[in-house]
Amino acid sequence: MALIHIKDVVKTYDMGAELVHALSGVSLDIEENEYVAIMGPSGSGKSTLMNVVGCLDTPTSGLYEFGGQNVGELDDNELAEIRNRKIGFVFQTFNLLPRSTALHNVELPLIYAGISASARREKAEEALVSVGLADRMTHKPNELSGGQRQRVAVARALVNNPSIILADEPTGNLDSKTGIEIMQLLVDLHQKGNTIILVTHEEDIAAHAHRVIRLFDGKVASDEVIENPITYAERT
Amino acid sequence: MQIGESIATAWHMLRGNKLRSFLTLLSIAIGVFSIISVMTSLGVLQNSIEGGLSALGANTFQVQKYPNNQGGGPGWRMRMRNRRDLTYAQGLAVLERTRGARHIGLESWKFGMEVRWKNMVTDPNIAVAGETPGGLPTNQWEIDRGRPIMQSDLDLTRKVVVLGYDLARILFPPSYNPVGETVVLAGVRYRVIGTLKSQGGLFGNQDRYFIIPITTFFERFGKNRSIHIMVQAASRENFADVQDNVIGILRAVRDVPPGEENDFAIFSNDSVIRQFNETTSMVRIGTVAIAGVALLAAGIGIMNIMLVSVTERTREIGVRKAVGATRGSIVSQFLSEAVVISLLGGLIGIALGLIAGNALAVALDIAPVIELGWIIGGISACCFIGVAFGTYPAWKASNLDPIDALRYE
Repeated sequence: MALIHIKDVVKTYDMGAELVHALSGVSLDIEENEYVAIMGPSGSGKSTLMNVVGCLDTPTSGLYEFGGQNVGELDDNELAEIRNRKIGFVFQTFNLLPRSTALHNVELPLIYAGISASARREKAEEALVSVGLADRMTHKPNELSGGQRQRVAVARALVNNPSIILADEPTGNLDSKTGIEIMQLLVDLHQKGNTIILVTHEEDIAAHAHRVIRLFDGKVASDEVIENPITYAERT
Repeated sequence: MQIGESIATAWHMLRGNKLRSFLTLLSIAIGVFSIISVMTSLGVLQNSIEGGLSALGANTFQVQKYPNNQGGGPGWRMRMRNRRDLTYAQGLAVLERTRGARHIGLESWKFGMEVRWKNMVTDPNIAVAGETPGGLPTNQWEIDRGRPIMQSDLDLTRKVVVLGYDLARILFPPSYNPVGETVVLAGVRYRVIGTLKSQGGLFGNQDRYFIIPITTFFERFGKNRSIHIMVQAASRENFADVQDNVIGILRAVRDVPPGEENDFAIFSNDSVIRQFNETTSMVRIGTVAIAGVALLAAGIGIMNIMLVSVTERTREIGVRKAVGATRGSIVSQFLSEAVVISLLGGLIGIALGLIAGNALAVALDIAPVIELGWIIGGISACCFIGVAFGTYPAWKASNLDPIDALRYE
């Protein structure tokens, strides 16, 4: 059974004067430990699809099952719990709490999961070590470089052992060198068994993925498996 | 999210915006300060009345001609003017017939007298008390040296005197024993038979007593004067009985018709305190009203700050929701911030109010007062303000759509 099962999902926004169809009948399945890139020009519906997959938004119609659970039937608190335990977000703009240390930022999902302070700290430190920030734990975001900030965000995304990591243009605000470092981090996570969904409009970023889904006008235009994804070693 | 975490986050936020937090704290602190400082000062005053201003001891009441507060109502002044004196004979009737009293003292006073010993003369500020033997214990006067006034002194109209502590100190050299010396009051010589221990009075002139037998007092200053009757009940339990007993005796000997009100005044520590509380209740009500308005304004200030904070931190709220914060945890976070601000302000106000209010206690040299009831009230009011004015901003924060919040610039 697929980890993510999306069937005929429609998402319509009521903009007052007109109805905007952000998604008009999307169907796709994503298995565990896939590395999927979702691509498409702006306005194609890829952000909306990511919001739906990330349980930040619910579809207007259609079925979305996450791990066998019908997301459309969940209330606010249950959605929050899924986001907390099953999904790790990495955003283009990092979205760290500016006044908190790297450690506290990474602890945040664990706080909402109700994990004790000592266990929280241990897990957060472990996650920061795994993204190579062992020596930056007590730094605040404004004391870190862009690449380091995004690593903190990746650590935050994976600290709660989520089922999927959702990365929305994770390299969009980084120079190409640090962008590559973040992509390598995602490749490593994938190799460790994580499921990764990457939203991007850059072909070379998407080329890291094992499967590319292209959206156009709120519909799936193509869905292809990449036989030879680019690896970090080839890039450099 | 656990409460501890909410409070830690709130504390973090306060420290992040020091000036803003300080100003909001200040507004709450001022409101609470005004309540606590006024209530503490009133508490100090009340204690000073209980402890020192009133010479009446425990379970003791006093009967005199006039009430010591101004009454009211039609014809009040007329009734008072026509009041008959409380005579020595009536006092003796009480002394002989009252059951259940430990001590009964009859006394009469004359103020502003001069006393001389050899070439030492006091200022004309000595209070002369004519007393029966029971007058010393009911006034809580304890003998330091010598002996007290005795019945035989009254019977023989002896010219003997017991000196108050301060009077003895003024007239005689330090560590000099005045017992047996002769002092002069209004041209008449009195033999000193005893001195009193210090009463530790609040206003300095308390112990300048010249205590003589009441019969001698009448002989020197005339008998046509109203006396005071001091009665100490044997216990707290029979206090009311003894008081009723005394009232009955006095009504009988003064021929007060049944149904008429007493034509004499009775007061005890309780009645003095009650009277004080009546006069200060308006001050209390006024303070609570003004402080209430101040706290209301402070609450609106908190709401304003919290709304600003929610807008500023829209993105943070989006992040928190994305990583799994429920509405409840967002509400709890922002409510905690509002309550922490108002509670912290309240605690500062309480601390300053206690210091300011007890400055009076230090000035009067009595024990400081902690008005626990008002402190608890102040803390509760602060919590209430935090919750009442923090709810709307917190609700607003929890209702933000995470997608919009994450996009907010």
